[in-house]
Amino acid sequence: MSTGDRQVAHATLRGVTRVYPGVTPVHALGPLDLDLARGEFFSVVGPSGCGKSTLLDVLAGLNPPTAGRVSFEGKPIVGEVPDGIGVVFQEDASLPWLTVRDNVAFGLRRAGTESAEIARRVAYAIGFMGLDDFAGAYPAQLSGGMRQRVCIARTLVLQPRLILLDEPFGALDQQTRLLMGDELLRLWRETGSTVLLITHALDEAALLSDRVGVMSARPGRFIDLVSTGWARDRDSRIASDPSFGAITARLWAALRPESMKAMGRQAL
Amino acid sequence: MTRARGIIWTRVALIVGAVGLIELLCRLGVIKPLTMIAPSQMAFELAHMIASGELTAPAAYTFTEVGTAFAVSVVAGGALGALVHAQPRLRRALDPLLVSWYAVPFFVFYPLLVALFGLNALPLIAIGVIFAAPAMMLSTLAGLDRVPRVMRKVARVHRLSRVQEVRLITLPSAAPHLFTGLKLAFAYSFIGIIAGEFILSGGGLGYGIAYAYESFENRRMYALMLFVLLIATGVNGALHMWDGRLARRRGRT
Repeated sequence: MSTGDRQVAHATLRGVTRVYPGVTPVHALGPLDLDLARGEFFSVVGPSGCGKSTLLDVLAGLNPPTAGRVSFEGKPIVGEVPDGIGVVFQEDASLPWLTVRDNVAFGLRRAGTESAEIARRVAYAIGFMGLDDFAGAYPAQLSGGMRQRVCIARTLVLQPRLILLDEPFGALDQQTRLLMGDELLRLWRETGSTVLLITHALDEAALLSDRVGVMSARPGRFIDLVSTGWARDRDSRIASDPSFGAITARLWAALRPESMKAMGRQAL
Repeated sequence: MTRARGIIWTRVALIVGAVGLIELLCRLGVIKPLTMIAPSQMAFELAHMIASGELTAPAAYTFTEVGTAFAVSVVAGGALGALVHAQPRLRRALDPLLVSWYAVPFFVFYPLLVALFGLNALPLIAIGVIFAAPAMMLSTLAGLDRVPRVMRKVARVHRLSRVQEVRLITLPSAAPHLFTGLKLAFAYSFIGIIAGEFILSGGGLGYGIAYAYESFENRRMYALMLFVLLIATGVNGALHMWDGRLARRRGRT
């Protein structure tokens, strides 16, 4: 299923497949097409093992496609993560030997940014993520949600134009997830970045996104694309909107047979 | 009083109590001077040896050997650990050898080492390295095994070169295990060298203890033993405290 009906594409996947070689090769992904519009919030849901994280890795340049083309801002992604793409991982990727401040400054220092500029941007990112009181703390002194905020701040401070998030709230409780979702929406609005969010939570996808792509069981392909129609200025309170239930129901209707398939059962 | 401070005071009380008891038993003659002298006499004799400069040459000899063996072990063990980590097939081949390494009584190879290096400090340094390098190598392997895969991705997202990745991500990530390797490498170097001097050498602190023992110079022997004990526990204690600080920072206990 092609998703090429949007305006000017910010990032594009064309005919992308990923097969992991081995004694028994694993066809993890595709072929699939995807166009992400500039400034769009796009979420991907799908059954376990359908290739969601592989899709993110391919788009980030962390994992080369077996076939097909991937491009960002019109340039092909080959071999390395392009400038302008930031990635937040599902696992805790905070650097435990650095303070929150040094974690957030990590990428800027590597990029050779001037120290005054680093200080300014780091202070902003730390404040934006509500970590002011913990700037001198080490990740071990923070909760899981706060560590994930450190990782988001480390990505945010580099001012990426495309932010890829791989189930960043997977390990958090429901209340924290909702609040983190609100913070993510605020970040998206204020930065104007394009966001691709991988999630297994249908309500999270329905609540945060402009569009949601539903993937099939492995090898992952898009089987449905759902436009939510939410206003840009939104937060978790839209969960009380009647259309929220309808969107979630549509996502589940598309996903249920695929999840059954992924579990090795017949759809009822 | 915090729990940690309470534990420290208990530890100090146990040591002071044990030393006090030995002091008392020696002073009362329950322990004969030929068997053991009082700890205060050991300390007095040690202070005298340090002040007279009598200890300088053997201590310098031993510390040079231990320092050299430690440095070679850390560099060679660390490099071999990294090499073996990068070569899974080599690792599978070496695994049984590494597991049974400390079951081999390496002192029996001393004649061979003398034949190879000559009758000088090198054979003993080699024994120290044989003892210490595998500990550093195994710790390096353990450290590299435990670098989370996501850290490699972090390095790629920040477009780090291979050297930058090792310096800024891999080494700090593996640091707790590398530090354990340093502690073990020091302990094994020290044990290997002192034990080697004791039975195989003509110089150093180990030789001094053996010589005093054979000459019935109890005061000298116990003073040297006390010195070795103080150095070993002092260095290990300092490394342990440093490790504890790093561990608390990282949330390890």
